[in-house]
Amino acid sequence: MPIALAKIAVFVLCLLPALLLAGQMLLGDPGPDPVEHIVHETGAWTLRLLLLTLAVTPLRRLAGWNALIRFRRMLGLYAFFYASLHFASYLLLDLGAFWRQLLVDIVKRPYITVGFSAWLLLVPLALTSTNAMMRRLGRHWQRLHRLSYAIALLGVLHFLWLVKADLREPLLYAAVFALLMLARWRPRRLNDRS
Amino acid sequence: MRTRLYDPIPSCDITPETVYRQRRELIRGAAAGLLVGLAGCERPAAAMSTAPPIPAPKPEIPGLQRWTGSTTEARTSYRDLTHYNNFYEFGTDKSDPAERSGSFRPRPWSVEIAGAAEVTGRFDLDDLLKGIALEERIYRLRCVEAWSMVVPWNGFPLATLLRRFKPTSRAKYVAFTTIERPQQMPGQHWNSLDWPYREALRIDEAMHPLTLLAVGIYGRWLPNQNGAPLRLVVPWKYGFKSIKSIVRIEFTETQPYTSWSDMAADEYGFYANVNPEVDHPRWSQASERRIAEGASIFSARIATLPFNGYAEQVASLYAGMDPKALY
Repeated sequence: MPIALAKIAVFVLCLLPALLLAGQMLLGDPGPDPVEHIVHETGAWTLRLLLLTLAVTPLRRLAGWNALIRFRRMLGLYAFFYASLHFASYLLLDLGAFWRQLLVDIVKRPYITVGFSAWLLLVPLALTSTNAMMRRLGRHWQRLHRLSYAIALLGVLHFLWLVKADLREPLLYAAVFALLMLARWRPRRLNDRS
Repeated sequence: MRTRLYDPIPSCDITPETVYRQRRELIRGAAAGLLVGLAGCERPAAAMSTAPPIPAPKPEIPGLQRWTGSTTEARTSYRDLTHYNNFYEFGTDKSDPAERSGSFRPRPWSVEIAGAAEVTGRFDLDDLLKGIALEERIYRLRCVEAWSMVVPWNGFPLATLLRRFKPTSRAKYVAFTTIERPQQMPGQHWNSLDWPYREALRIDEAMHPLTLLAVGIYGRWLPNQNGAPLRLVVPWKYGFKSIKSIVRIEFTETQPYTSWSDMAADEYGFYANVNPEVDHPRWSQASERRIAEGASIFSARIATLPFNGYAEQVASLYAGMDPKALY
């Protein structure tokens, strides 16, 4: 499959969860607590896309699928897209008229603090995702984009922190994150100068 | 004169289809605006509901008496009441209880009465219910997770039942236990909580006229996912105090074990009175998302009231106590 076609396919696939969610709200059964459902689903897809983005490098290295690099920017931008939907639905739908509570939440609630920081850190990464910015920033670009490790960690913490008793789902994300970080770790050899 | 004959829900109390549809359309319209709008697509013209509303099934409990203290707020639909439940015995997702409680058998059922009372022993539920007049009481229900519902319960004051067992002067608390039956309750196969689930009230809270034992909702016998066949309802406390599927009631002299407060004492108190001033350590309790007919997706959040709006009736129970200790 030519790369352009594959890119369209990935684009559509990544958009699908949002379209399905919109479809469920428009045509299907929104469920008893649609606001909670929207906030939860957009949050879950943010985490999944963050982890997919972080899976690109280990997969290239271990499986030799070098072409994957061509999709990393799109995956990362989709993570930002879902994170923004997540934040917007929390602010506009969940808090709504009580939006002032957000300021208190950001200061007082560790899980909101952590989640909000993760979204905030995604902003400069999205802004510097263009080819022009990559050229302009040079070697600083990679250093800046290492923030994605911290962002994924904050995202996993955000989920772990809000669960009441059943930690299985957030722990699954934590495990995948740990695995992806471990896969990056290479023991340094004496002759390894890279 | 005995109880009134079966009194069907007057048509004015049944949510009109138009209201139901309007709510769905609001939600759909808003969702379209948010999701499709941000995705950069055109908002579809006239997002209309195609799914028919799901009506509540016909009432089946005879002789329900009307209680004058019911709230007149918009009620939560029967469907939402039965498909959004925290009942970890069937699983920790809110949809689990509806999906995974099908094999639960709420009859035959007996309740063990134990502890500081003159009459103790094991009693068949149907015998216990004989001669008890069932009422319809519409209460607000506030979950500790900051959402709320408006529920037409069918039941009777807990005090009516407790008095029959003649609690002694040593009875300072009343402890309740949920059934432990892992073969019919798949959530009990692993320890999300320390089974069996236990809750308790101080004796004066238990004897308070607002404290209810429920056997039904919307004129229907309690569905399994709502705590069949017998559950507690304490409307001024967070929902986790309202223990479901009760098999044991014990009068005790000292404060009994209670599942949530003993598992995470810093997050859940013994009293667990609804209090907008005392936050849960991880989230605010100042407001709540109301799940009810006619609630719009943009205005679901409302302010939380002290004692869930029942302060006038119950605040005197806690006179002289530190309100911060009562969360």
